[in-house]
Amino acid sequence: MSRAFSHGIQKSPRHSLLVRVTHWITVLAFVALLVTGIEILISHPRFYWGEVGNSGTPALFKIPIPSSRSTVPTGYGYVLPDQNGWSRYLHFQAAWALVLTGFVYVIFGFWTRHFRRNLFPGRADRTWLAFRIVIAKHLRLAPPDEADSRAYNVLQRLTYLLVIFVLVPFVIWTGLAMSPGFNAAVPWAVEALGGRQSARTLHFFVSVFLVLFMFVHVAMVFLTGFANRMREMITGVTGASQERT
Amino acid sequence: MREISRRKFVTGAIAATAGVSGLAVTAKLAKYYGLVPPDSGGIYGPGETLTYAAQRLLGRHSLAREFPRSMISKVPFANAIAPLNDEFKRFQNDGFGDWRLSVDGMVAGPTSFSLSDLRSFPVRSQITEVVCEEGWSYVAEWIGTPLHEVLKTCGISPKARYLVYFSIEPDWWESIDIADALHPQTLLTWAMNDGDLPVSFGGPLRLRVPRQLGYKSVKFLTRVVVTDSIKGYVSALDPRSPNYGYSWYAGI
Repeated sequence: MSRAFSHGIQKSPRHSLLVRVTHWITVLAFVALLVTGIEILISHPRFYWGEVGNSGTPALFKIPIPSSRSTVPTGYGYVLPDQNGWSRYLHFQAAWALVLTGFVYVIFGFWTRHFRRNLFPGRADRTWLAFRIVIAKHLRLAPPDEADSRAYNVLQRLTYLLVIFVLVPFVIWTGLAMSPGFNAAVPWAVEALGGRQSARTLHFFVSVFLVLFMFVHVAMVFLTGFANRMREMITGVTGASQERT
Repeated sequence: MREISRRKFVTGAIAATAGVSGLAVTAKLAKYYGLVPPDSGGIYGPGETLTYAAQRLLGRHSLAREFPRSMISKVPFANAIAPLNDEFKRFQNDGFGDWRLSVDGMVAGPTSFSLSDLRSFPVRSQITEVVCEEGWSYVAEWIGTPLHEVLKTCGISPKARYLVYFSIEPDWWESIDIADALHPQTLLTWAMNDGDLPVSFGGPLRLRVPRQLGYKSVKFLTRVVVTDSIKGYVSALDPRSPNYGYSWYAGI
């Protein structure tokens, strides 16, 4: 045992090794997916609903940015350089990293009872009163208390569950539904979404939600003590007691 | 520090050896069953190999979605093409009467086909979607000669692994694996939506590969080569080409 541990507050780490490793791989994959996703979007910043859509059909909505293709009417007098080659390579490689890491995380999350212990709201949290207390605390901008440094509150738990079990699976599904090879093998994957262009539009919106989550998540890390939160997620050692000196 | 016991060390060493040899065996098997794409090297190789292997395992013979006639796009989108060369214009001025497709490489009888030769094969019509890597798409009816009919007539070798195919335009070629070359929907397309295939859509002859993105459907097709190796002929868009660096397998 190192000194830090014996002197510390808790013997078990704030985050298990598995959570820490999969967290940082996911961070890398997400950043790669986001950057390359924006790059791919630039080649056609228009969205449609249904099966088909192109520069000759009306758009559901357009992103008001210049494009990397001269065939897209954007209103800008210039065309950005084409970076889709490496962007697509990296997008799918990062997607594989995310999928495989997510697989390991979810299996071990159930196996080691990480979800039950840390993420599924306990009986006491599954009441409107518990919700109201947490929301009121947020609205008062109250600093986190001792309990917050050891366990997630009900809003955090539900948000993480939403990301892990709804948004990430849906962003993978909508992404796969744009693959012509996958659609040939599993046609219902795209048909259930209302067509290829619907899948693309949904992929965009889920990505926006994931980016919103990322902003709030990182903002909260800064607001509650950047150094301590980072130390917990990197070394596992909690810095809870030093926080309120 | 914790001490690592002798037993733990031996167990670990055995597990590591098993893991490494397991990976080596997997790689050998993957290669044998045609699950490794030609651009499997390099930093993006792992992702490409996983995608290609997964899709080939999931549905090597699955069919691209076909649509009802009512879903044919009223205004199909003709993507931009570079100015056509003089050779093409000569054929165009003659109404493409002299256009020929040559089939060579690993076939028993290399042959050159005129467009009317191709029309004498069984005709296939399919309403499929053109999907561009940029994100846009349209649905059209494509009419032509299934490539596998032509390859069988020429006596394709059982050792064939790839098909390399060329446009009349310089530096424009692509290649696909033999699963896609012999796929029933891979079409030597000479008509579209009940008319001749317009030049803006690749006429007089385009190879449509509907299970892959649009850039694999080469326009103004003049030559297909059956081969067991595509060293140097991966794709005009391949990573070694100075142009773009698009992935070889475009099923995603």
